[in-house]
Amino acid sequence: MTSLRTGPDATGLFGHFGGQYVAETLMPLIHELAAEYEKAKTDPAFAKELAYFQRDYVGRPSPLYFAERLTEHCGGAKIYLKREELNHTGAHKINNCIGQILLAKRMGKRRIIAETGAGMHGVATATVAARFGMQCVIFMGTTDIDRQQANVFRMKLLGAEVIPVTAGTGTLKDAMNEALRDWVTNVETTFYLIGTVAGPHPYPAMVRDFQAVIGTETRDQMMAQEGRLPDSLVACIGGGSNAMGLFHPFLDEASVKIIGVEAAGHGIETGQHAASLNGGVPGVLHGNRTFLLQDEDGQIIDAHSISAGLDYPGIGPEHAWLHDIGRVEYTSITDQEALKAFHTCCRLEGIIPALESSHALAEVFKRAPTLSRDHLMVVNLSGRGDKDMQTVMHHFDEQEEHL
Amino acid sequence: MSRLQTRFDELNQQNRAALVTFVTAGDPDYATSLAILKGLPEAGADVIELGMPFTDPMADGPAIQLANIRALAARQNLTKTLQMVREFREGNQTTPLVLMGYFNPIHKYGVERFVADARDAGVDGLIVVDLPPEHNPDLCHPAQAAGIDFIRLTTPTSDDKRLPTVLEGSSGFVYYVSVAGVTGAGSATLEHIEQAVARLKRHTALPVCIGFGIRTPEHAATVARLADGVVVGSALVDRIASAGSTDEAVEGVLDLCRELSAGVRGARQ
Repeated sequence: MTSLRTGPDATGLFGHFGGQYVAETLMPLIHELAAEYEKAKTDPAFAKELAYFQRDYVGRPSPLYFAERLTEHCGGAKIYLKREELNHTGAHKINNCIGQILLAKRMGKRRIIAETGAGMHGVATATVAARFGMQCVIFMGTTDIDRQQANVFRMKLLGAEVIPVTAGTGTLKDAMNEALRDWVTNVETTFYLIGTVAGPHPYPAMVRDFQAVIGTETRDQMMAQEGRLPDSLVACIGGGSNAMGLFHPFLDEASVKIIGVEAAGHGIETGQHAASLNGGVPGVLHGNRTFLLQDEDGQIIDAHSISAGLDYPGIGPEHAWLHDIGRVEYTSITDQEALKAFHTCCRLEGIIPALESSHALAEVFKRAPTLSRDHLMVVNLSGRGDKDMQTVMHHFDEQEEHL
Repeated sequence: MSRLQTRFDELNQQNRAALVTFVTAGDPDYATSLAILKGLPEAGADVIELGMPFTDPMADGPAIQLANIRALAARQNLTKTLQMVREFREGNQTTPLVLMGYFNPIHKYGVERFVADARDAGVDGLIVVDLPPEHNPDLCHPAQAAGIDFIRLTTPTSDDKRLPTVLEGSSGFVYYVSVAGVTGAGSATLEHIEQAVARLKRHTALPVCIGFGIRTPEHAATVARLADGVVVGSALVDRIASAGSTDEAVEGVLDLCRELSAGVRGARQ
């Protein structure tokens, strides 16, 4: 069998997806970054330093926790939670940030920029920038700033400058445009710390590699606890970094069913969603060819999701490819379904999940009851929900009626 | 011979630089934009760049971002932009016209269909910001096969190692982005421009046009002494933004174009 884990090719393509669709100003730097990353990958000193920070700073490995009460509740598959929400800064985002900042240090860059949606990547970036004494500028849409006030304050506490982006709908896509504009302007001094498995090559592969620690640990932990591989994996997808991190080490295991969960917002049929694979078509944006929400003229359509971290009209190119070849099944969950799953997890496990991760949980609650009791299902609990209190409070009264 | 080559040859014989103007198609609406387009050659534009609006112009500064938003609000799309070129060509067969923008709207329209329709409409060249030479098969090669020039952006970060890759297969002219940054921001020193032009000339026989941050007739004139062409965009687009009426928008752009043209024409005398 040909391995599904060897991509991308030398030009950054996963099948027909990926590539390096950026302004010429950035091309020399992107080539330099790709070359430096290739060197770092095989440098034992880099691996050692990365492992040190993963263990003692991030708190890895994160537990693979048997969710007994959720399992009882569903009455089917045995549900395990990969507890990425226990990482320092409360989400999987830091895995990638630590890797990239070590690379920035190697390249002699002293200024870090990043885009953020929910603010989790912004917080993780501000955190590592503080730790390594680098200047940090975070671009965040004004809509997201309004719904994620606590994270904005956290970033400022950590010494980052948060630049509000008013263009477009003031969400993640617009923040990414503005970060690219800054990068083009300050290309000599600045390292762009992209938070997801998207953007020009080498970002999709590099971010995936830094996040693959999730899947690698899961594999070892499941072998230790159950003596075999899991039967299915479930993760939510905005850009797709937590999902790719969990999925990638299992892509060649034909027995493992893999499910990615997009945000269906108010429902895909309403047009107000963030499901690029289920409701979009291929196009080119932010440095890569992938599935995008766009109109008949090729103009990008604003995504909608209750969860700011999934509110993006594109998806990482490797997911586009895995969708294309059918290795991963991509489904979608609405705002309401995610909220309901959020409450269920809070009440039954005493764990407040991020609204992003609640999409994955909702999918698990649909599937698990139909599966046998020896089916081992792993869901990536990619982040904790503290940041979502405002949003959830807003919907709380309505939600109470459902419970 | 292509319109671009003919035009640059003529100007070379006259010993003057080209004034290259940029406006966004459909800004602030189709009719006004067409009136501007039709008036530009007489107001002194030697080469016209016409922007194809896109929702996410990530290499553009605030002025051109707003131009994109105005044009899209007026429901401009690629079909209408090509229609605009056809209407322009009914009255003008000599001024080269280059479409400039981002790849996604072309990708959605269909590359093959776009190249054929652009050629039939009278488009002479393309500048697509997010298509570096690494992606030549996507559009550059099909466009050139149809006789449409593919114009490359070179930048302060294009070193001697990178330049041959960028320039190989580029045609029409070479656009030098004189500052690392977005459109409309900052401006390069004359010394920087002089060195950059000299360096580019070592790598290419194509005309070199300088853009980014050039706003006044005086500035245009000084750059016109050093390069084969001077590109002005944001300053023209600002005239549309500040106009109180559509007539004022047309006059505002054409007035500035006349002033810039006078600056460029007098530069080497």
